[in-house]
Amino acid sequence: MAKEWATATAFEIAAAVASGQTRATDIVEDALARIDALNPKLNAFTAVTAKRARARARSLDANSNKANLPLAGVPFAVKNLFDIEGVTTLAGSKINRAYPPAKRDAGLIERLEAAGAVLVGAHNMGEYAYDFTGENVHDGASRNPHDLAHMSGGSSGGSGSAVGGCMVPLALGSDTNGSIRVPSSFCGIFGLKPTYGRLTRARTFPFVASLDHLGPFTRSARDLAASYDAMQGPDADDPACTERAPEPVTPLIERGFDGLRIAVAGGYFKKGVFPEAIEAIARVAKALSVSDEVDIPEAARARAAAYVITTTEGASLHLDRLRKQADDFDPAVRDRLIAGALVPATLVNKAQIFRRWYREQVLKLFERYDAILAPSTPCVAPKIGQQTFEIDGVKMPVRPNIGLYTQPISFIGLPVAAVPVPLEPLPIGVQVIAAPWREDVALRIAYALEQMGVAAAKRPTVLGG
Amino acid sequence: MADTNLDDFIEAGTVSLGIPLEEAWKPAVKANLAITLRLAESVTEFKLPDDAEPAPIFKA
Repeated sequence: MAKEWATATAFEIAAAVASGQTRATDIVEDALARIDALNPKLNAFTAVTAKRARARARSLDANSNKANLPLAGVPFAVKNLFDIEGVTTLAGSKINRAYPPAKRDAGLIERLEAAGAVLVGAHNMGEYAYDFTGENVHDGASRNPHDLAHMSGGSSGGSGSAVGGCMVPLALGSDTNGSIRVPSSFCGIFGLKPTYGRLTRARTFPFVASLDHLGPFTRSARDLAASYDAMQGPDADDPACTERAPEPVTPLIERGFDGLRIAVAGGYFKKGVFPEAIEAIARVAKALSVSDEVDIPEAARARAAAYVITTTEGASLHLDRLRKQADDFDPAVRDRLIAGALVPATLVNKAQIFRRWYREQVLKLFERYDAILAPSTPCVAPKIGQQTFEIDGVKMPVRPNIGLYTQPISFIGLPVAAVPVPLEPLPIGVQVIAAPWREDVALRIAYALEQMGVAAAKRPTVLGG
Repeated sequence: MADTNLDDFIEAGTVSLGIPLEEAWKPAVKANLAITLRLAESVTEFKLPDDAEPAPIFKA
């Protein structure tokens, strides 16, 4: 039993539970057993909500309507910045441990459970989401399921590690500058960073309000679509959440990529890139018969502006904690936030002015193309604790450069499906970037790549076999 | 902002904001601030017209 469901997709699990082939209780017990067995190695979970999950599974098994639940019995877990009723929302910090337990689940947890999914716990993450590595000084690093000595990627590291390690088939994370796409790349799984404002952030701990997105991690493109569809819809509890009606993508993903105009991002996105990222882009471009290259204008400046907005909005969020509890932060986070608190507002406003200009330029590209391909990360997962890597013979710091290719995209809220290319020994991701509100395009391409075998969530070594 | 003035700026800024700053933290804070200011400079040197609006728009 333990191995039977480990690599199953959410779609396969839901079909089995809905048809009565298996019970939600059996699926949940199987996942809980695997979490128990693998968490000492992966350190992906900071809380396991076993009692709640068992009660929920029993309720599903007694539900005569479960055939109509698209995620019936699918175990999932969330980055520990999502509120879980009765659990303190850590956001990867020591400071928040003193805060009272959450009174109500985050909006997206409620929506996934309404679709039949079963929450099994909360995931380790980089402190206050200001991280690309998956390391955490309080809880220890979450680890890469393909090689435990390597990073999971941050800041949704535990979520990447858990889905990549087959502990759960579905997880939720947040992405401010790349925190869904980076762990997807390092852990070799699918991730969706939807359009800014598409999914409600209600009852989650923020980082940078004007850049924060939430989204799913899965082991298949179809599961990305199904979970995304279950979570769409307006929510007055998040002021940034769109009032657009849900636009389901699951019925569209099998349409293939015929007729879609696709280009590879050149210029900035080809500088500082490692051979494995070049190989991944080449494989994807070949499979999609893509020969066009497009220059995303001023991407380096866009990354710079995202950096300025991130550090200052983040510092504003944490100002009171910096004043009163500076000693309790991860020093690397604290020092960046203190610096951010000192940046003059004139510079922040300039970054916001540039942001609008840049958005207009990039949207013009989508008059010519439906999707643009770019690496998710410059390289495969570095080793945990690794401080530098060498690009074109030049030694560069690891931490700030991991998000080199994700930041200019989330800066203007574009939807991205991050697809895993199963290179050996470590996987790496490719971003399929679409125009705002065109998640369907990104997911059609992701699904087509998976069908062709170019994109795949490969079996993790931590699972054995 | 000249890098040589950053020490004074950091000292005055943290005191003004009521943020404690231990001696040992200063080099990292300075390094981070210098990076941010350098990146901000790359944004400000990109000239846009006076009527260019910032991305967030307030609606009453």
